[in-house]
Amino acid sequence: MSTSSGHVQGVSGNMVTVAFSGDVRMNEVAFITLPDLGGEAVRLKAEALRLKAEVIRIRSGECDMQVFEDTRGIEVGAEVSFTGQLLAIELGPGLLSSTYDGLGNPLEALANRCGFFLQRGVYLPTLDRQRTWAWQPIARLGQRLSAGHALGTVPEAMFTHRIMVPFGIIGQVEVIDVAPPGDLTVDATVATVRVLATGEVRALTMVQEWPVKRPVSCYAERLLPSKPMTTRTRIVDAFFPVAEGGTACVPGPFGSGKTVFQQSVSRYAEADIVIIAACGERAGEVVETLREFPELIDPRTGRSLMERTIIICNTSSMPVAAREASVYTAITLAEYYRQMGLRALLLADSTSRWAQALREMSGRLEEIPGEEAFPAYLGSLIAAFYERANIVRLEDPNLGPSQGSVTTIGTVSPAGGNFEEPVTQSTLAVVGCFLGLTYARSYAKRFPAISPSESWSKYLERLRPALDAAYFPGWVDLVNRLQRLYIAGQKVGDQMKVVGEDDLAQADFERYLAAEFLDSVFMQQNAFSEVDSSPSNERTALLLKLTAQVVDHDFGFRSKDQARETFTELTATVRDWNLAAEGSEDYRTLLEKVHSRLNASAAARAA
Amino acid sequence: MRKVYTHIDQIVGPVITLRAKGVSYGELARIRTRDGGSTYAQVIKLKGEEVSLQVFAGSKGISTGDEVEFLGRQVQLDFSSDNLLGRTFNGVGEPIDSRPRLQGAEPIEIGGPSFNPSRRIIPSQMIQTGIPMIDMFNTLVKSQKLPIFSVAGEPYNELLARIALQAQADVIVLGGMGLKYDDYLYFRDQLASSKERTILFVHTAADPVVECMMVPDMALAAAERYATAGKDVLVLLTDMTAFADSMKEVAVAMEQIPANRGYPGDLYSQLASRYEKAVDIEGSGSITILAVTTMPGDDVTHPVPDNTGYITEGQFYLKGGVIDPFGSLSRLKQLVNGKTRPDHAPLMNAMIRLYDAARKVRQQQSMGFSVSTFDQHLLAYASEFETRMMDLAVNLSLVEQLDLGWEILANHFTEAQTTIPGKLLATWWPKNRAA
Repeated sequence: MSTSSGHVQGVSGNMVTVAFSGDVRMNEVAFITLPDLGGEAVRLKAEALRLKAEVIRIRSGECDMQVFEDTRGIEVGAEVSFTGQLLAIELGPGLLSSTYDGLGNPLEALANRCGFFLQRGVYLPTLDRQRTWAWQPIARLGQRLSAGHALGTVPEAMFTHRIMVPFGIIGQVEVIDVAPPGDLTVDATVATVRVLATGEVRALTMVQEWPVKRPVSCYAERLLPSKPMTTRTRIVDAFFPVAEGGTACVPGPFGSGKTVFQQSVSRYAEADIVIIAACGERAGEVVETLREFPELIDPRTGRSLMERTIIICNTSSMPVAAREASVYTAITLAEYYRQMGLRALLLADSTSRWAQALREMSGRLEEIPGEEAFPAYLGSLIAAFYERANIVRLEDPNLGPSQGSVTTIGTVSPAGGNFEEPVTQSTLAVVGCFLGLTYARSYAKRFPAISPSESWSKYLERLRPALDAAYFPGWVDLVNRLQRLYIAGQKVGDQMKVVGEDDLAQADFERYLAAEFLDSVFMQQNAFSEVDSSPSNERTALLLKLTAQVVDHDFGFRSKDQARETFTELTATVRDWNLAAEGSEDYRTLLEKVHSRLNASAAARAA
Repeated sequence: MRKVYTHIDQIVGPVITLRAKGVSYGELARIRTRDGGSTYAQVIKLKGEEVSLQVFAGSKGISTGDEVEFLGRQVQLDFSSDNLLGRTFNGVGEPIDSRPRLQGAEPIEIGGPSFNPSRRIIPSQMIQTGIPMIDMFNTLVKSQKLPIFSVAGEPYNELLARIALQAQADVIVLGGMGLKYDDYLYFRDQLASSKERTILFVHTAADPVVECMMVPDMALAAAERYATAGKDVLVLLTDMTAFADSMKEVAVAMEQIPANRGYPGDLYSQLASRYEKAVDIEGSGSITILAVTTMPGDDVTHPVPDNTGYITEGQFYLKGGVIDPFGSLSRLKQLVNGKTRPDHAPLMNAMIRLYDAARKVRQQQSMGFSVSTFDQHLLAYASEFETRMMDLAVNLSLVEQLDLGWEILANHFTEAQTTIPGKLLATWWPKNRAA
């Protein structure tokens, strides 16, 4: 493809207008050459400083580009060279355990090269070029394959990493050469193929590039999400489950525990691969993940959590255009691992910052603003992003059928904590699960502060067979019944605020206590306790049964005080039990204590 | 080659527009006015040959025929690690303390690149300020960024001055934005005694609005230099709402589309790029930021405090002359509270719990409910807690604060009433300690 060139015509913030000759593609990447005023290029030992930018609007010989860097020093007339390529990321082995910026530059390598600060104009390859991988061929000579079919595999952490026919290849290819097993770098040719449609012969390596804003779609078919993505946060797994291949949105005002919830999910969720997109948030939060994950062992695999994690880190002070790209980079990585038949979980924190990046750019483009100055296309971009989450059936001629999935959980930071704002609303329209964090709960120290009355999940019914199988038959019915009981109890609570406790009927008051009990022992969870932060399915099932037993039990209370006392005691006991390790002395005695309390009142009634 | 132009096409608010060639984005220019004065301006938009600049001293009195000279460099701060201390500068980095210009200074870039997240470390050291509501209840941690949410009329500048005098830090950089002149003089006089470690960047309410926008960058650029040279720097900024308002003013003059209540769409990014300068550098120094954010109408959902809250690691609420123990939060305190003294966290929690109970009793009392004997104890406790601990004038070391906490509890409650674990009571309850 011939590439074009141009010259800068205008600069406003991170937007640059360029007059070009030749052809320019929408979303094409270009580099702007900077005059070296402060000796930056000399310091960085580069010939010239070139800033990466992306075409976002073309009109009559001029295009507007968003620059992924600080634009200071750009002059009118500066040279611009277009690459002819869309904004893309390198895919291949070695992505796991790494930390990248929004464009896929490895941050560790950048630090080794430039020191403490991120210098502009320095772009490094996403994948390590020195590292070798134990290549194992699969494709046979003469075999006809399509995009996404495995040519061979390499082991990466605890996974079998498929090296696939590049996703961008159209039609079939014929394998004309395959490298024998051996330790190869990512740049080594592993297979040579002939593209049947064009007759072109291509040497393939372990690396392929994929334009991040385009979904990867080389799978046999999209399936209906029918399995839960267990997060180990009880209120989510039981009341508002997230489906594997589904989407969830977590809005919450600052200080409502979004970060803690997100971190808890990134640790305990039952995914193969976890991709954390720190998009426009605090760097400090990423640091905790970065420093702690390598030390934390995943009990299911016995390996460090970092080995299944990729961090895309474009924090709030990093360039805003790269922030816009970062969520796409992250979801492309998720899709890449999905193509290997793995369950990828994307945690995007926060999609509001991404939307704000869009708003900043839209303002610079002087587009007619929509609500709160967000661009009119915000809704469709959000929808397209969440639609990239899916569960798919893969067909591989050599490896057979498999399923892979991308599950997306996005947090939203609504301005002023008001869920009516455009980002929250646009997101709610397209996700399958809404986990609303509220001040009311976080002020009352009821964590996780997911509101049981405002949140919802469309997956609860859809996952019924899978959930009943995972916990016990009748699980979903019980959950629904307890949910109703909770709402009824809440109503009594509201009423009590107005009329006071004394004027309440005994039965109503007990209903209120039952709802509070359900909230305290089941919906609330201590994310900092080693035991309570990640209970097993069996334990959660046991707890829900126990909770139901207590709230259904006919205690025969004679007074409100008596009822309150009993529930307070039971709450304390069960909460302690939640903190007791399975098989410990406390675990047994506390459970016994609850049962004997229930039996005692039954015996008293019988007598 | 000198690039001098003598025709200005447009003057709107603090922004001037003229036609020029070979100008780079962000470049600094000097404007010589008719009356012989001069001021600086910075390029904020390029459109063909049309160059827009924000004039630091404002556009008052600027003539369409004034001389504009482009200097071929970005805005810089004259930095000298020895000679900066004890000095006072305006928002453009010029000394305003009637002392000579800096000797042996090196110009440094302001608003530099952001710190590589992979080189950050988890914060682990507290900064003692001598103020119990901070040290004991919402500990300030090295490299933390914390706003002080307040409203006009509250003594937030007095609080900052106290922190500047008392805090454990090698260098204190104070950035004043939109300060009343009296407040500037107040800071100058208050900090006179600790001159050897203090630098002031001051923009007063009467100064041009563009200078206000430069203050945080100047202050943080200086701080970054000291931090990379191994110093622990505490940056105090007041008032970030004035900073945001000055951005709004320039954005409106540039005819940018406002996002929320007139503020530009990049308010979050602009605030974040300043606050994120807070850092703890492995094997070197650190930057900690405490910034006053006044909330217009005491409304925390106003765009400035709201965006700030998402960026910072907690917040202090300064209300009624005290740091409110309920809304205030230091998100990083867990990282250090375990290392101070074993009784720190449980004592803190117990005192807050009891104070909260006392607050509820007060409400009930005001509604005419009768109070029990225990309630009486709570009320007495609350008033002693307020006078001896919450008062901003109290200046004690953390150890003294903790001991005082135990003393106050013992004055009003039995051991069991505190609900503190027995093991801790055995060690720390005043009577047990005496024994």
